[in-house]
Amino acid sequence: MGTENRIWHVMSHVCLILLSLLSIIPFILLFISSITAESEILSNGYRFWPNEFSLDAYRYLLSNIQVIARAYGITILITAVGTTVSLLITVMLGYGISKTEMPGSRILSFLVFFTLLFNGGLVPTYIIYTQYLGIKNTLWALLVPSLLMNGFNVFLASNFFRTTIPQGVLESARIDGAGEFRAFFRIVLPLSLPILATIGLFNGIAYWNDWNNGLIYLSDPKLYSIQNLLNQMMQNIEAIKTASTAYGANASAMKLPGETVRMAIAVIGVVPILIMYPFFQKYFVKGIVIGAVKG
Amino acid sequence: MDTKQTVPAIPDTGRKQSHSLWKRMKPYWPIYLMMVPGLIYLLINNYLPMSGLIIAFKKIDYAKGIWGSPWFGLENFKFLFRTSDAYIITRNTLLYNGAFIILTLVCSVAVAIMLNEIRNRFMSRLYQSVILLPYLISMVIVAYLAFSFLGMEQGFFNNTLLPALGLEPIDWYLEAKYWPYILTFVHLWKNIGFTCIIYLASIIGIDPEYYEAATLDGASKWQQIRKITLPLITPTIIVLTLLSIGRIFYADFGLFYQVPMNSGMLYDTTNVIDTYVFRGLLQLGDIAKSSAAGFYQSIVGFILVLLANGIVRKINRENALF
Repeated sequence: MGTENRIWHVMSHVCLILLSLLSIIPFILLFISSITAESEILSNGYRFWPNEFSLDAYRYLLSNIQVIARAYGITILITAVGTTVSLLITVMLGYGISKTEMPGSRILSFLVFFTLLFNGGLVPTYIIYTQYLGIKNTLWALLVPSLLMNGFNVFLASNFFRTTIPQGVLESARIDGAGEFRAFFRIVLPLSLPILATIGLFNGIAYWNDWNNGLIYLSDPKLYSIQNLLNQMMQNIEAIKTASTAYGANASAMKLPGETVRMAIAVIGVVPILIMYPFFQKYFVKGIVIGAVKG
Repeated sequence: MDTKQTVPAIPDTGRKQSHSLWKRMKPYWPIYLMMVPGLIYLLINNYLPMSGLIIAFKKIDYAKGIWGSPWFGLENFKFLFRTSDAYIITRNTLLYNGAFIILTLVCSVAVAIMLNEIRNRFMSRLYQSVILLPYLISMVIVAYLAFSFLGMEQGFFNNTLLPALGLEPIDWYLEAKYWPYILTFVHLWKNIGFTCIIYLASIIGIDPEYYEAATLDGASKWQQIRKITLPLITPTIIVLTLLSIGRIFYADFGLFYQVPMNSGMLYDTTNVIDTYVFRGLLQLGDIAKSSAAGFYQSIVGFILVLLANGIVRKINRENALF
C-alpha cells in the first residue's frame, strides 16, 4: 500500500516536472536566441547552446530606440487607460444590474446577457467601426473594439455586489444622507477590491496582449503597440525599418541582424509579463476559480 | 406636477401606472446614469453589429452603407456554399475544436489529479504557476516560439533535432499534414494550465473522508481515483464540456492565424471559419463570402449555445448560464 502511494507520488512529481519543463523550454530558446550571434544562427539555427553569444540584437534595438520606446509607450498607455476605463464602466453597469429591485434591471440584465450568446461577427463589427465610427488608424481602435467591456465581467461584478455588499451598509449610508454616487464610490467600491482586482487583472492582460485590433484596424506604424510591431515583423523583418522611417527617424546605420532582432523584440514583449507574474499569479488563479464558479 | 399629486384613488389605469413607474424610477436616476456608458458601449460594440448581420443578404456598396446597399437575397450564401470553402472551414473548425475539447479535458483532469497528489504546498504552487505561464502570453509571441522550433532555415528542429535523429529537414510551414498535430499541441500547451486550475478547485472540494474510508477498505490509489475523484468532479466536467461544445463553432483566431504564419500552403488544413472571414474581409476584399460565413457562424453558434445550455440546465440547474 505504502509503495503504491509512493509510486503515484513520484510519478506525479515526474510528470509535473516534465510538463513544467515543456512550458518553460520555449522561453529559454527564445531568450538564448536573442543573445546569440547572428552569424551563428544563420549557420546553425536556433540552439540552446550556441557557440557564439552576442548582444547585437539588443544593440540594434537600442539604436532604434525610438520605434521600440514608442511601441512600448503605446502598449502601456492603452493598457493603463483601457483597463481603468473598462473597469469603471463594467462595475458601474454591474452595480446597476445588481439592484434587482430597480425597475428595468431585469431587462437590462438580459440585454447584457444576450451579448454572451449571440454575436454579429467580424464583418458587421468592422463596417460599423470603420464606416460609421471612423476609428481606422486611430488609437481608439486599440481601446474600444471588443476589449472595453464584456458581459461576463459585468456579471462577475453584479454577482459580487449582490452577494458581498451587505444591505445594511447601503441602508445606513442612505440614512446618513449619502446619494447613490457617494454610496457607490465611497462605500461599495472600497469593499469590492477583490472583484476590482480580478476584473482589472483580466482586462489588463487582455489589453497588454492584444494584437487583434491592431491587425484589423491599423496600418499606420506610428500607432503600433509592441504586439502589433511583433506581428508586423513576423511577416516582414524590415518592418522595424519601415516603422522608424514612418516618423522621420533615421533608420539605424547598423546592419539589421534580422533573426536575432525578431527574438529580441519578442523577449522584450514578454519580459514585463514575466516580471509581473509572481505578483499577480495568486489573484489570477483566484479569479479563474471565481469566474468558473459564477460562470 | 401638483395636479398629478391630487389624482384621486379611483383607478385611472393608464395614467396612474405610467406615473407610478416614473415615480419608481426617479430615485434611481444616478444608477441609471452610471449604467449609461456601459449600455452605450454594448449598443455600438454588440447590438449594432448584430443588426449589421443583414450585410450577408446584401450586395454591399460602401458608398451607400449597410442599410442603403441593395438587397441580394441568398446570393452570398450561394457563393459560399457552391465552393468547397464552406465544407473545408466547417470541417476544420469542428474537428479541431472537437479534438481540443476532448484532449484538453483529459489532460487537464490528469494534471489536476497529479497536482492534488503533491503534498508539498510550495512545489504544488510552483508547478501550477509554471504550467499556467503559457496561458498569459500573446499568440503572436507563441508564433515566434513556434517559429524558433519550426523555421525552415533556422529552426531548432531542422538544424539540431532532426539531424540528430538522422532525419531530413522538413519545410514545416509548407507541409500541411503536420499542422493538425502542431496546432493541437500548441493549444494544449497554452491552455492546460488554465483549465486544470478549475478542475483542481473541484477536486480540492472533495471530502477527504471518502478517501480515508476507501484506504481503510484497502482500495488502491487508482481505484480511488476511478471511484471517488472522477465521479465527484463529473458535474464540473459536464458543465465545462457542454459550454465548450456550445462554442464549438468559434475557433481561436490567433491560434489558426498567427502560429501557421498565415501561410497560404496550409490553408486547407488550418483555415477555420474565423480565419476565413478575416481573410475574406481584409485580405481578399471578398465581402460576399465572408459576410455569409460570418452570418452562418453567428446563427449556428447561437443555436449550439442555446442547445448546450439547455442540456446543462437539465442536468444541473444552477450551473446553467440561464
